[in-house]
Amino acid sequence: MISSIVLITGLLLILIGLWGALTHRNILRIIISFSLMGTGTHIVIVAIGYVKNGTAPIIDSALGLAEAPQRAVDPIPSALVVTAIVIGLAVTAIMLAYAIRLYDTKKTLSIEALMESRW
Amino acid sequence: MRRASIVFAITFFGLLFASVAINHTQSVSLWPLARSYVELVPRELGAPNVITGILLNYRAFDTLGEVAVLFMVAAGVGLVLGRQPNPTVADPPETARPSSEIVQIATRILAPLISVFAAYIIMNGHISAGGGFQGGAVLASCLILWLLADAQFQVDVKLLGLLESVAGVLFVLVGIAGLIFAGGFLDTRVLPLGQLGAFFSAGAIPILSLLLGIKVGCELSVILARFRA
Repeated sequence: MISSIVLITGLLLILIGLWGALTHRNILRIIISFSLMGTGTHIVIVAIGYVKNGTAPIIDSALGLAEAPQRAVDPIPSALVVTAIVIGLAVTAIMLAYAIRLYDTKKTLSIEALMESRW
Repeated sequence: MRRASIVFAITFFGLLFASVAINHTQSVSLWPLARSYVELVPRELGAPNVITGILLNYRAFDTLGEVAVLFMVAAGVGLVLGRQPNPTVADPPETARPSSEIVQIATRILAPLISVFAAYIIMNGHISAGGGFQGGAVLASCLILWLLADAQFQVDVKLLGLLESVAGVLFVLVGIAGLIFAGGFLDTRVLPLGQLGAFFSAGAIPILSLLLGIKVGCELSVILARFRA
C-alpha cells in the first residue's frame, strides 16, 4: 500500500518532468523538468525496494542481526539511488553550465536561439 | 503537429506508467540477492549499515567509477565555463551588492557546525545512516554558504584539486591492498573487522568512507566554485 503511493508519486513526477521538458522553451525550465524526472526515477526505484513492514537495513538495537533478513527493506535500490542522486547533481551542473554559455553568447535563455543546430 | 506528438508521448508514457502502477504488488520478502547482502554485510564485513557495506565493498568499483564521473563533470564545467569572451557579464566586484549582515554572521556560526556534521556523517557511515557521498555533499553545502556570504571569497581550486587527487590515489591504493591481502580489488577486509557497531570496526570501510567524503566534497566544491567565476 505505502509503496504503491510512493510509486505513483514518482511516476507522476516523471510525467510532469516529461511534459515540462517537451512544452517549455526556456532552458532553465527544461533543466528543472529534467531534475523532476530524475527525482521521480529515484522515488520509483526506492518504492520498488520496499518490503512490507520493513525498516532501514541498519543493524542496531532496534533491528537485531537474526531478524534483519525478515524485517529489512531491500538495500540494493537504496545503494543505487545514493549514487544516482550524485550523478543527477552532476548532470544538472553540466546543463546549467550550458545555460550560462547560452545566455553569454545569445543574451537569451530560450532554446529558440539554437534553431540553426536543429536536425 | 508538434502539440499532437507531445500529447501522444505524454499519453503513451502515462498509460505505460499506469499499467506499471496497477500491476505493482508490494513484496513481502527480500529477493535472494538482497537477502544475502543483508546477511553477509554484518557477518563478513562487520558493518551494521548494509547500504554502506554494499557501496564500499561489493559495489566499490561502481563507486570508484561514480567518483570518476564527478571528476569528469568538474572538468567539463570548467571547460564550458572556462573562457569568458565578454567580461561584461560578470559584475565588477565593487558594484556587486554585499550580502546582508545576517547572512554573514550566520555563516560564521553555521559553517563550523556544518563541517562537524559532515565529518560525523562521513565517519559514521559504517555504523548508522550516512556515508561518504552524503557527507561530501554536506561539506560542499558549507562552501555554498561562504560563497553567498562573501562575494570576494576566493576558492583555491588548485588546492581542492590536489586534495581530491590524493584522496583518489589513496582510494585506489586501498583497493590494491585488498587485491594483495584479501579477496580482491577493493576488498575491505584488509584490516581487522573488530566488534560489530564499534567506531573502529568494519575493516577498511571507514577509511574508504573518509577518502570518498573528501573526494566528493572537493569535487562538488570545485563545480560550485566554477559557477561563481
